[in-house]
Amino acid sequence: MKKIHDFNVYANHRLNSDTFILELKAPEKLPEIFPGQFAQLKINNHPQVFLRRPFSIHDVDYEKNTISFFIKIIGKGTRSLQKLNKKNSINVIYPLGNSFNLPKQNNVLLVGGGTGVAPLLLLSKSLKNKNISPVILIGGHSRNDILQIKEFEKYCKVLITTEDGTLGEKGLVTQHSVFQTHKFPFKKIYTCGPELMMKAIGKFAKKNNIECEVSLENTMACGFGACLCCVVETSEGNKCVCTEGPVFNLKDLKWQI
Amino acid sequence: MADLKVKIQKLELKNPVMTASGTFGYGEEYTDFFDISKLGGIIVKGITIKPREGNPYPRMAETASGMLNAVGLQNKGVDYFIKNIYPEIKNYNTNIIVNINGSTIEEYIQVAEKINELDKIPAIELNISCPNVKEGGMAFGTNRLSAMAVTKAVRKAYNKTLIVKLSPNVTDITEIAKAVEGAGADSISLINTLLGMAINAETRRPVLSTITGGLSGPAVKPVALRMVWQVYKAVKVPVIGLGGIMNASDVIEFIIAGASAIQVGTANFIDPQITVKIINGIEEYLNRHKIDSITELIGALEV
Repeated sequence: MKKIHDFNVYANHRLNSDTFILELKAPEKLPEIFPGQFAQLKINNHPQVFLRRPFSIHDVDYEKNTISFFIKIIGKGTRSLQKLNKKNSINVIYPLGNSFNLPKQNNVLLVGGGTGVAPLLLLSKSLKNKNISPVILIGGHSRNDILQIKEFEKYCKVLITTEDGTLGEKGLVTQHSVFQTHKFPFKKIYTCGPELMMKAIGKFAKKNNIECEVSLENTMACGFGACLCCVVETSEGNKCVCTEGPVFNLKDLKWQI
Repeated sequence: MADLKVKIQKLELKNPVMTASGTFGYGEEYTDFFDISKLGGIIVKGITIKPREGNPYPRMAETASGMLNAVGLQNKGVDYFIKNIYPEIKNYNTNIIVNINGSTIEEYIQVAEKINELDKIPAIELNISCPNVKEGGMAFGTNRLSAMAVTKAVRKAYNKTLIVKLSPNVTDITEIAKAVEGAGADSISLINTLLGMAINAETRRPVLSTITGGLSGPAVKPVALRMVWQVYKAVKVPVIGLGGIMNASDVIEFIIAGASAIQVGTANFIDPQITVKIINGIEEYLNRHKIDSITELIGALEV
């Protein structure tokens, strides 16, 4: 069931020059939140920001009753969120969308590029709770873009690529040696990141017949299936990323890969 | 306690607040957020004779105090609606009004005839103002003769309350309003979205896949208010006002301009509970001004 509430800002801390973790405290007991789900945050007092902004739920703490978001400043809305402090409250619609399907078997690879790691922390945690030890591959331009490593290490083995080679292997995530091995050890891939990256991962998965789930991002007005703005083409016609996604099985998408 | 009831000819509304087509799905999208039977009415997502996939992505662009959309009437067709959706929504304790669309007059008639058979649908809104479809839609609503022709044809096929939704993308909206009134419309709703566009300066490309789209939100409110006032003075049938309503004060303004009822559209996306807040706000306004019935305010503009 979708909820709408004012949350108090519990913490807001910078991870690097343009990325921060916004932790919000719910006014009532949190419902169960599944990995891959998102929330629509209302940006207050900004005349140029009219619509809510959708963000993946990065982490949930049922004891503190908080949810966290991994946010990169890219425009007016995100800049405004970065300025929030513990005196502020913010209106949240949540939990929205479907979630990743957890596998039965081990041998799971998570691939996150840039802010695409956002939904993968809660996924890692959920996998760990099911006694699955995932491997996560995180890619970025430079070492400053590879964030939340310590958090991920609680639940996963972490592999890294940077385009400038300042951390991990040099190159794009898709060029990581894990994809070059003679026998790819993973039976399922979950990915979230730039579309080109997800398509490259998808192409690899398709070619090697590996199940792959992707978490998509689209501009949306409502976030709960009313406006029909955030569609993606699937084998069953246009589907809303907000309600029928954001997680899709690769084989249902009509990607030209 | 102030009386919020209004009438659109035979159609009785418990309050003047309805939700605009295309912003409220079939109502079910909002049932987690509030009791939708509190609404005066729900205008459901536009329906066509055949299923439509709508336009390609991107379909939306945020603008200053508003948004552009180019959804393009994505829906599963009238038969799917009757078989799968109508049974789910018919017992809501509010007026469920169906917004109907077509590429040709014949298609409008076919949809109207099928909806006419549904007991729990007390009215239709004839959409001759969608800016996001290649054929039909706004083409009917921006020409006096075609607006008259489609209204007349649907009037023959449909015997309950017929609301005609007008496009603001015309030189003189009163001409179109008078034409559809003459052709048998029971009520006129306005405005549909204003044709607009957005460009990405970095890429030199349009933001929307269709290049142009429909502008809605508070950015269009002054235009909507002006047109409601003009149409109210030009016709005798009740006017339903919409365009950028965000709060109760906006509603009161539309009613003073001549609207008998209103629709809340884009605001639902930002606050899915906005309509309940608006209904409470209207009641508070009436009590504060010691007005017994909201109907006293219809067209009460003092100039």
